[in-house]
Amino acid sequence: MRFRLAAHYPYLIAGGLLVAAIGVAQAPARAADAGFAAKIANFAFAPPTITVHTGGAVTWTNADDDPHTVYADNGAFKSHALDTGDSFTQTFATPGVYSYHCSLHPYMVGKVVVQR
Amino acid sequence: MADRPHHPPVDDGLIGRRGMLKCMAWAGTGVLWTVSGGVASSVLVGGAQAASAGAFSFVQISDTHVGFNKAANPDPIATLHDAIAHVKALPQQPAFVLHTGDITHLSKPEQFDTADQILKDLGVPVFHVPGEHDTLDDGNGKVYLDRYGPMTKAKGTGYYSFDHGGVHFIALINVVGLTGGGSGSLGADQIQWLAEDVAGLSSSTPIVVFAHMPLWDVYAPWGWGTSDAPAALEHLKRFGSVTVLNGHIHQVTRKVEGNIAFHTARSTAYPQPAPGAAPSPGPLTVPAGELHGVLGVRDIRVVRGQHDLAITDQTLASA
Repeated sequence: MRFRLAAHYPYLIAGGLLVAAIGVAQAPARAADAGFAAKIANFAFAPPTITVHTGGAVTWTNADDDPHTVYADNGAFKSHALDTGDSFTQTFATPGVYSYHCSLHPYMVGKVVVQR
Repeated sequence: MADRPHHPPVDDGLIGRRGMLKCMAWAGTGVLWTVSGGVASSVLVGGAQAASAGAFSFVQISDTHVGFNKAANPDPIATLHDAIAHVKALPQQPAFVLHTGDITHLSKPEQFDTADQILKDLGVPVFHVPGEHDTLDDGNGKVYLDRYGPMTKAKGTGYYSFDHGGVHFIALINVVGLTGGGSGSLGADQIQWLAEDVAGLSSSTPIVVFAHMPLWDVYAPWGWGTSDAPAALEHLKRFGSVTVLNGHIHQVTRKVEGNIAFHTARSTAYPQPAPGAAPSPGPLTVPAGELHGVLGVRDIRVVRGQHDLAITDQTLASA
């Protein structure tokens, strides 16, 4: 039955999974939290999109053998060069979408969505 | 690891190379490279072997990454010393050295100090451009500019030019003010300066451009290119011989486009993977004993009256 449903309504199943995935990824960090733990690994920000509530924080930790930075596209925030194992924490006081990149390797991009 | 014989597709993208060589006073394109483990040599195509009269040579070193200390090379200072010893053992001593950036790993003043101290052993002037690892200070490259800018009367983000032996050398900066999602960038001001810098030159003047990041798209998924390089190169198309020297990717690649020959160089610190050969372009750790075979320097010989710039890439294992 399950198989038949999937076969006939693959989009329903896919849609359900998508909602579930977003639900997990968007579990917002609380203001009092240490923040969302993000990773920089293999020259990529992981996860690429992070959602927090207003006042929430994100902490990026570099797991690569090369330094990286977390650099807001609009200049709103900027980390120092993060060597292997170094971390950077940014608190987000204002709702909005913050696109950022690594200033050494600008093809590395990510986004923080700050919700009320 | 013995250096693999480098037989680039010399004719790829070349239109009528023989004809071009005949009608041009200088060409950076007619060089057939033969690089092997023990001896590096180059064969000049369509011209006589290098004569000594009126000749000079210069050396390119790159990506010294002073301050790096990871598994790919725990001691880049030692390999930099080895690279300098290699240069000093060259049969023809260079008039000067071009360093194509990433002098340091983290832009720390003490890392610049160490690099400068070691590079003094070369005994010849060193001309710099910054890599992205040299502009990590809070001033986005101010530390670099304060240190190296005055020697060359650098403009803007640090670009400058100079002449030696009839060749016009141009230092371009493509690692400052990079924007998200892109690759290297020169910026409109620098391109305008370039146009003015070459405006008065005869088209037969040989041009050597050096910058950190490649000025052609080596591999876009890793950002190995410079987004506005085509606009800059437009100003160099009328010249008969343009040689572009870059670092950044820690390996030798080359490409010929019209009269412009592009070359990327090895690092003296650590190798990086071939484009797409690893999940990321991070430092590549090679088996013990093979490091010197993947690090290197580049010797460039300019011979007046001959048709070629003879370029040889030498690994530190061939010392």
